[in-house]
Amino acid sequence: MEIKETAVAGTLESSDIQIMISKATDGIQIDLQSDVEKQFGDQIRQVITKTLNDLDITAAKVKAVDKGALDCVIKARTIAAAQRASQTTDQPAWEVL
Amino acid sequence: MKNSVNRDLPEDVMKDLNYQPFESTEIGHPEIQRVAPKVHVSTGDDKVVTSIKQVIKDTLKDGMTISFHHHFRNGDFVFNMVMREIIDAGYKDLTLAPSSLTGVMNDLVIEAIKAGTITHITSSGMRGSLGDFVSHGGLKSPVIFRSHGNRARAIEHGDIKIDVAFLGVPNADALGNANGMEGDAVFGSLGYALMDAQYADKVVLLTDNIVSYPNTPASIKQTQVDYVVKVDKVGDPDKIGSGATRFTKDPKELKIASTVNDVIVNSPYFKDGFSFQTGSGGAALAVTRYLRQAMIDNKIKASFALGGITKPTTDLLKEGLVDKVMDVQDFDKGAAESMHTSANQQEIDASWYADPDNKGAMVDQLDVVILSALEIDTKFNVNVMSGSDGVIRGAIGGHQDAATAKLTIISAPLVRGRIATVVPDVTTVVTPGDSVDVLVTEYGIAINPKRKDLQEALGNLPGVPVYKIEDLQKLAEQKVGKPKPLEFTDRTVAMIEYRDGSIIDTIKEVKD
Repeated sequence: MEIKETAVAGTLESSDIQIMISKATDGIQIDLQSDVEKQFGDQIRQVITKTLNDLDITAAKVKAVDKGALDCVIKARTIAAAQRASQTTDQPAWEVL
Repeated sequence: MKNSVNRDLPEDVMKDLNYQPFESTEIGHPEIQRVAPKVHVSTGDDKVVTSIKQVIKDTLKDGMTISFHHHFRNGDFVFNMVMREIIDAGYKDLTLAPSSLTGVMNDLVIEAIKAGTITHITSSGMRGSLGDFVSHGGLKSPVIFRSHGNRARAIEHGDIKIDVAFLGVPNADALGNANGMEGDAVFGSLGYALMDAQYADKVVLLTDNIVSYPNTPASIKQTQVDYVVKVDKVGDPDKIGSGATRFTKDPKELKIASTVNDVIVNSPYFKDGFSFQTGSGGAALAVTRYLRQAMIDNKIKASFALGGITKPTTDLLKEGLVDKVMDVQDFDKGAAESMHTSANQQEIDASWYADPDNKGAMVDQLDVVILSALEIDTKFNVNVMSGSDGVIRGAIGGHQDAATAKLTIISAPLVRGRIATVVPDVTTVVTPGDSVDVLVTEYGIAINPKRKDLQEALGNLPGVPVYKIEDLQKLAEQKVGKPKPLEFTDRTVAMIEYRDGSIIDTIKEVKD
């Protein structure tokens, strides 16, 4: 999957995460803001990275603002943002779900 | 050195401060000696002054202990007024010993610490920027956290020796007779301040409302007061009871509240003449509403409601469902006003309320209490002091004291956002699991295995699943994942006393 434009998914409500994905040339860089950074920062980065890798995205700039989202929410928002960014929303990546 | 709730205590600090590790919730029957204040004799004819600066100059010396009450909560003007003068006068090495610290005081406390004016603090709690400052090592010597009952005990023992108490009141006469019920900034019960008035060497009242002599009812008496300072305004009435009373619409809180009610109603304590205490959180207020209906349906009345009082509780008094309200502080305007008009709403001081070293305190007679928790662990130990990031952001309040009730219920959601409330080990032990009986979450309840009688009584309630607390903990972990352990340095920034004055846990400086 190729990132074509910058796209956002998610809100800043409690228990949600807002993910913004944009083009990058090299690797996945994640800029994370989270109230639970100390306890779950590594885990959140790992879920985002794995979800993107499963979508065959190896280069992307990710800005994530987390409000205490669970892993399933982080995954869902990442997929939505990635599909919007790659303009593939009419072809859901079922195998990643 | 480990105590009986398995907390490692720093030997050097324990020795320096002459502390014993916590052993047991049992107080026993020791004989103790109380202290008495120094009295500067006068006929009281010239107590009224207008200059705070002059009073401070006449009463305060470097190294002394000063106190305040927190009944004005976030509407307090008195603390900042007095502290400003003390900092500006260049005092050093003072101990700050208020009944608690509210957010509105944070900036000046931090300024006073930085200036060397305050070097020691004892309090029920602290929040916001001050908690953050202390957790990051801002104060050299550890803060001592005490429950409301324990503060009373410590004052009576002389562990806290108050040299000068600065007490704001909404009214006073020229001799110092005062109460919390009349004037612009009324807050109702003066419960915590009554200890300071009785035991401080110098008692300074600050009021914006000097009334004709003699002022009654006199909660603080002229026999205790050295100065009456006339000031412009003691507090902001709109912020004294802000935000406390609200009826929750949150379905999770309502589910917890109705389950708490099920637990109470089906316990052996729900009978005519029972007594109870609730807090001021959303779920606790909703419990009062459910309990009211259950009392009407079962034709049961309570003999007394205790502690921090809210309007829903005084409404029960007016309805005749509760005989007496024993009131150490009022959380909202409704409760404060009710105290003025209802003879059955009795003001009680912190010692009468909850001091363990007593000839009987009210909490010793308490049947049912509903308390909250930031965290509770599989040993039923409760944390109400440090947040999920390890930073100080709470207060003991009456938690340890009221938990000695016959039925202690902790009401808390299983998880808050991504943070589990039910955990393998709490970050900070404040109330020992020995005094906790039932945990109520939105998923179901867990009963302390020590309470076989409650297992029996509550084991088969329709719609109330009973879990082992270990299983609730696993359920929480399944939802949110396993958090990375918090990191702390070796430096102790706070000591948590149990209500008997032993050390139940410490708080370390956070690493970040």
